[in-house]
Amino acid sequence: MTSSSIHVSIADVAATLALVGIAVAVSFWRRADLERDIGIAVVRSAVQLIAIGYVINFIFDQDSLWFVAALLAVMVAFGALQARSRAKRVPDAFWPLLLSLALAAAVTLGLVVALGVFKAQPRYLVPVGGMVIGNSMTAAAVALNRLGDEVSDHARELEATLALGATSTQAAAPLVRRSLRSGMITLVDSTKTTGLIFFPGTMVGMLLAGADPTDAVRLQLILLWTLLGSVALAGLIAVTLAYRNFFTPAHQLREQPEP
Amino acid sequence: MIIRGVLFELDRVTQSRDGKVVLQDLSASLPRGASCVAGPSGSGKSTLLRLLNRLADPDSGAVRYEGADVRERNPLELRQEVCLVPQLPALLEGTVEDNVRYAASLAGRDPNVPRLLDLAGLDASFAARSADKLSVGEQQRAMLARALAMEPRVLLLDEPTSALDEDARRAVEATLLHLRERVNASTVLVTHDLDQARRMADWVVRLDEGRLVAEGRVKEHLAV
Repeated sequence: MTSSSIHVSIADVAATLALVGIAVAVSFWRRADLERDIGIAVVRSAVQLIAIGYVINFIFDQDSLWFVAALLAVMVAFGALQARSRAKRVPDAFWPLLLSLALAAAVTLGLVVALGVFKAQPRYLVPVGGMVIGNSMTAAAVALNRLGDEVSDHARELEATLALGATSTQAAAPLVRRSLRSGMITLVDSTKTTGLIFFPGTMVGMLLAGADPTDAVRLQLILLWTLLGSVALAGLIAVTLAYRNFFTPAHQLREQPEP
Repeated sequence: MIIRGVLFELDRVTQSRDGKVVLQDLSASLPRGASCVAGPSGSGKSTLLRLLNRLADPDSGAVRYEGADVRERNPLELRQEVCLVPQLPALLEGTVEDNVRYAASLAGRDPNVPRLLDLAGLDASFAARSADKLSVGEQQRAMLARALAMEPRVLLLDEPTSALDEDARRAVEATLLHLRERVNASTVLVTHDLDQARRMADWVVRLDEGRLVAEGRVKEHLAV
């Protein structure tokens, strides 16, 4: 690898398998029983990233925003499916998740393009869109997972509030607030400590590629602040749509499904 | 004792919870005044109570309030008129006064907090007390004050003394009896304790395993 441009050889990649070996050894030694999962993770990450590398290459060659939209739509759909598995206690969680990811991606990308931060070109929209969707998925999944736990743990208080004639929106407001906070807090905290405790991926990548540190910092700030907005949007839309699924139109708490 | 006309009618009501039939083809009436629903644990008493203000709807059959099917009523208005005090304390975060004012605001009322606390057997100093620092008996009273803030026409009381020791039970019963003289509201009390039913109600509906065992005047059906 040189210090002035990105050129990563297969040998470089293969060499890092030594670190994977450490992970396997630790798991085996302390009987964490993760050796198989680590193996699957390594193979999947390689296959998925190589595949997406070819897809991105193809999209860059086509230079068409339609292909970008199609790729992001697929990522949104897979993201919603993945997040649903984390929100098992929320009835019909797929649609709120799908809408939250789609809207968060559309609004965030629309805004950064409209503000002139990035050009409406595949080489910007694909990586930024991927980051936005990935972080939004995590935030929405955490928020809905918390929402399911909140409703289950506080069903008695919810019914007591409904019994006073509160609407389901009024009764669920404290739970929705805590769930949204839960979805956003990880990124907020990591944004607070960025540069002090860890260097975020984009900045590391740019520095490794030989970019000017000032440019790396500026781009990293743009992405971090963009992600804050998208994560907030995704969490808000997901919990706002999903909490309704716990109630009937007559503001009755539905029986809780088994997780 | 005066039975002043029918307040609630249950007409062939069947209701399931968690896949289990809890009320089965139940028909019964509850008049104005002080009524109770009595029966052993698991007999469907609390489920019945939740049907009266539409916290749940029956799988089949009908529940009528003052002659009209409750499903024809706006559920929010119905719950402010027919207010349920749950079995276990479930107050919101904040002070007792916060809880009382919250309930009053839902019903569009301006509450007289000291009077409401007095009606529930709490002195005015409880207004500033944090809800999560109260004893179970005090929480029960705070929930009663919160319900009264809505000026309901009917109070549904779900086992209000089940979690209390003997002294606290006697005190809450005395408060509820005193309340009848001071507030113009009917009450439907759920209890597993037939002695409490005798002390607190004029009319009883007795359930066992989701079915009606008996209904009528306490004097006749729960004679000692």
